[in-house]
Amino acid sequence: MSGPFLQVADLSMRFGGLLAVDGIAFDVRDREIFAIIGPNGAGKTTVFNCISGFYKPSTGRISLQGQELAGLGSHTVARHGVVRTFQNVRLFKHMTVLENLLVAQHRHLKTSLPAGLLRTRAYRESEQKALDNALHWLDYMGLREFVNREAGNLAYGHQRRLEIARCMVTQPRVLMLDEPAAGLNPQEKKDLQSLIEQLRNQYGLAVLLIEHDMSLVMGVSERILVMEHGRPIALGTPEAIRGDERVIKAYLGEE
Amino acid sequence: MSTAPAASASGAGWRQNLGHALMATVLTAIVVTPIFGLHLERAGARTHIVPQWHMVGWACLIVFVVQLLHPWIFGRATRRLPRLALPTLSARQNTVLLTLVLLVAVTWPFFAGRNAVDIATLAMIYVMLGLGLNVVVGFAGLLDLGFVGFYAVGAYTYALLFHWAGWSFWEALPLAGAASALFGFVLGFPVLRLRGDYLAIVTLGFGEIIRLLLVNLTSFTGGPDGISSIPKPSVFGLEMARSSGVEGGTTFHQFFGLEFNSLHMVIFLYLMALLLAVITLWISNRLIRMPIGRAWEALREDEIACRSLGLNPMSIKLSAFTLGAMFAGFGGAFFAARQGIVNPESFTFIESALILAIVVLGGMGSQVGVILAAILLTVLPEFAREFAEYRMLVFGLVMIVMMVWRPQGLLPMKRHHVEVT
Repeated sequence: MSGPFLQVADLSMRFGGLLAVDGIAFDVRDREIFAIIGPNGAGKTTVFNCISGFYKPSTGRISLQGQELAGLGSHTVARHGVVRTFQNVRLFKHMTVLENLLVAQHRHLKTSLPAGLLRTRAYRESEQKALDNALHWLDYMGLREFVNREAGNLAYGHQRRLEIARCMVTQPRVLMLDEPAAGLNPQEKKDLQSLIEQLRNQYGLAVLLIEHDMSLVMGVSERILVMEHGRPIALGTPEAIRGDERVIKAYLGEE
Repeated sequence: MSTAPAASASGAGWRQNLGHALMATVLTAIVVTPIFGLHLERAGARTHIVPQWHMVGWACLIVFVVQLLHPWIFGRATRRLPRLALPTLSARQNTVLLTLVLLVAVTWPFFAGRNAVDIATLAMIYVMLGLGLNVVVGFAGLLDLGFVGFYAVGAYTYALLFHWAGWSFWEALPLAGAASALFGFVLGFPVLRLRGDYLAIVTLGFGEIIRLLLVNLTSFTGGPDGISSIPKPSVFGLEMARSSGVEGGTTFHQFFGLEFNSLHMVIFLYLMALLLAVITLWISNRLIRMPIGRAWEALREDEIACRSLGLNPMSIKLSAFTLGAMFAGFGGAFFAARQGIVNPESFTFIESALILAIVVLGGMGSQVGVILAAILLTVLPEFAREFAEYRMLVFGLVMIVMMVWRPQGLLPMKRHHVEVT
């Protein structure tokens, strides 16, 4: 494992008078699975929104392999290879499963207007490549049988997997999952855990994870950041976090 | 309507029905009085209001009776309106049908009257405009109320190029499209940051600004009088006129050894409009199947998800806005050539509203629907010329009826899916 890959330093986010996130600093190493946990309202999703460019942080630096990301637009951040899923799944519900994956590859495609109108060879080839890539990921995720189905009609667990597949077709370097296990049954949670590990091992991703399900978090992540009221209270390996008094206090309350 | 069976059964239902009917009657009286009931009559220099209460009385009586018997008349009939939808055709059937339609569209003017062809030409212009706006509103979901502005830019580009530089229609046509596209692009930049209602209001403003500019740049655009005697398009350099404007030039009828007939020009204009409309249809049909078409659709569904995947919403919206404007530009240049005169009067907000109505009526995103609606909305008013005064009234009524019974439009958009086995 190499040095810092995704680096977050001194991150704070202020909404008017409310300091939602304050003094967050951590770094995710290459090929690391890193989790952020904390009680509801601790500011985990706000940190996600800052990293993925949906919020412009009030202060702080976010860099990916030395490339500054803070303040770039969300689509630019995604183009640098940092893609995310959402707490409540955001699929293109009225488009088919396949089309969801094709749209995600938009920027990899040859999209020039004349080429598309005349269906040049290069255009058809790039469409075919996108199609193959999409089908590969549907096979990988076990969603192949639903390929022509409208995404909104899939079962919830499948929608979650499709959302991850949609991230993967963009060939990300950092995959950010916002509560990927929410609403899944125990079997699906187990599958999710192995999926996350598999993706990391096969595709060399760094994975950044927000999750409430403790068995998943403890099982899958290498390091964990614990937040409370927008501030970091602990950072370390799952074993260290499990024994940390401040963390226990945050979750169980004072005696 | 769900109370209908109960209404026929019980006294309480009757009373409720009577209440509804009375309410409707009062509303009718209020609406109808200024339209039918009060006539302005001019006697010399003075105008007086002559009330015609019997008209109001009749209207109220009709509404009252119909409302009272409403459950029996409509109770069953409206519960299930037949669902109009295009039958699914195989690719082969589709080609055959398309060829047939095209064949009829090309040949019928040779057997039809001058007036009919003229109206059909107008209909084709609206088909073109409708399909253009369909890209913006139907595909990309951007509510544009100033579409007519781009139409005006196209028309004036040709008119001004002719007036100041003597360009011919064919030379000016590509430039008209380009100028409108450029306007769409430049206006789109600041405007497309806005969403929904705000976008609609600002585009509405831009449409008006363009019109007011045309009115007020008197020395350049001719102001409210506009620019006149714009030449019609030539046929591969052959003029369509009784005698050539240029010394020693050959005209169309001389070249082909035909008797001069002004109908030739009308038919030629129609065929050109048809050609432009078909090209517009073909391009927009390709667009929706291309990656950009998918991106428009995705953006319409969820902009945040699009951004999280690296799609730049601004450039995707701009492309729709620019392409739509370009179609309007071509339409505008053709309009200028057909009319022979352009003035700002032709580019008022009503025109934008009409084009938008075509798109909404046809079914947003549905190309066949838009074409049908464009033809309906241009041809029907011609049949009902006696009722010209009530045109807007009927128009509004049709819109309300549509929104109640078929909010998705005449032929709702059927999504084109990429399918694999």
